[in-house]
Amino acid sequence: MSMVCQRCQEAKATVHITDTLPEKREQHFCEDCAEKEGIISKQPHTTNEILQQFIKQKTGMEQGEGVACPKCGMTFREFQLKGQLGCPNDYAAFEELLMPLIERAHEGGTQHLGKVPLTADGVTKKIAGLVRLRRELQDAIDAENYEVAADVRDKIQNLEDS
Amino acid sequence: MNLDDLARSTGEWLRGVGAMSDVVVSSRIRLARNLADFPFLSTATGTERTEIYRSVTDAITSTGGHEGSLLVDVAGADDIDREILVERHLISRQHLSAEGSRGVAIAPDETSALMINEEDHLRIQALGSGLELESLWRVVTDLDDALGERLAFAFDRKLGFLTACPTNVGTGIRVSVMLHLPALKITKEIERVARAARDMRLAVRGMLGEGTDVTGDLYQISNQTTLGKSEPDIIEPFCKVIIPKIVEYERTAREALVKHNAMQLDDSIWRAYGTLANARRIGSEETQTLLSPIRMGIHLNRFDLLDIPALNELFLHTQPAHLQKLHGRLLDDNDRDEVRADRLRSRLAC
Ligand SMILES: [Zn+2]
Ligand SMILES: [Zn+2]
Repeated sequence: MSMVCQRCQEAKATVHITDTLPEKREQHFCEDCAEKEGIISKQPHTTNEILQQFIKQKTGMEQGEGVACPKCGMTFREFQLKGQLGCPNDYAAFEELLMPLIERAHEGGTQHLGKVPLTADGVTKKIAGLVRLRRELQDAIDAENYEVAADVRDKIQNLEDS
Repeated sequence: MNLDDLARSTGEWLRGVGAMSDVVVSSRIRLARNLADFPFLSTATGTERTEIYRSVTDAITSTGGHEGSLLVDVAGADDIDREILVERHLISRQHLSAEGSRGVAIAPDETSALMINEEDHLRIQALGSGLELESLWRVVTDLDDALGERLAFAFDRKLGFLTACPTNVGTGIRVSVMLHLPALKITKEIERVARAARDMRLAVRGMLGEGTDVTGDLYQISNQTTLGKSEPDIIEPFCKVIIPKIVEYERTAREALVKHNAMQLDDSIWRAYGTLANARRIGSEETQTLLSPIRMGIHLNRFDLLDIPALNELFLHTQPAHLQKLHGRLLDDNDRDEVRADRLRSRLAC
């Protein structure tokens, strides 16, 4: 039995919903319409959509597609097809091509502000601490909370001197 | 503990307790981690996968407090056992169908599950009933610290924890909350809520049954941004703003149903009960669809033949793999529907 989507009346209905309240009622949508109705989110994995969008909008990137990671051999083109990187070194190997994608996927975020591994070296921990404190300082200044700002500034000073 | 014992129980996240548990079924936090000295799984050889599996499982078993945990070799497990793990949300469908060495280490009460060789080398997950994100964060960050002492994770000063997919890079955190939103579905406000959540860069998904149908009015909301914010800054809006707001909408919609459509509401609850308690054959999706008004009915004190833990047990035990495991043998579709109906009748008959 093949059913037509009740919303667009065109595509084949693949999402079927049975309501029991307020009365028993069946609804049939195609995937696109089901998503527009807020019933499903199509991509179990947002990666590919972001990737596809990115690839569509970024023409003239072809020259970079052949770049390969010297460690695992993966090319940027392969990454675009799979949505998965080949090894941790790919972030460095494809930096120029990846950063715009990363920025888009993370609401403009480009600097890690979270946990640092316990085993990280002292320099890494220090840098992470400074990044976080500078962010706190900016937040305090934005909020015109000068007492807190002065406090944070002292902490930054101490960390820089350490 | 083994998988047979596991299948008979319902697990911590289905206890029906915790903050806002009338709407929030469960919460989950996961962290994605990879070993610095190995390629990601997309290019790892079979031997490398096995080495990764061995390194991570060694690290897990050497951390304290791991007594009583269950380590399941997913690659070697039979189909039903793998499906059981998916139905309990301990592993993902992707992990089930992946290739090569892989597994999951499950805490005795199912409060945590460490997936090895899924999309990343390691995914540390904590699960709980109701809205309990702060305590789940403590569980995952402690596990992360303990394992991080024994394993060198791929980490970069600028990009944080390096993950197989750049959409998880940075904190590698995924916070997700499963919500039961039957009243918003009835009043059709669900679309508006879903749109608002998506505008906030959150992912909204219906919980899918065996097919593509959304079953049981269950929705999952999760973050997508993992870089440029600290973990607490990602978690806090969930507990303080987003989820409480949606819970408030759902509660208001339920109150309106009680006030203006009480007869229809009761009719649907008791018709659902009538079918579940009397059917001779019933499918898994129909079961989940019918358990939804009953779940709401229990919370609105309009149905008292079951409590939430008992309902959750039915919810889990009527799913295909659990049903077959508890029945003790493999069943074809038709037999399954009969066994499911028998199980429901024996639990629900007055
Ligand atoms: Zn359509
Ligand atoms: Zn590489």
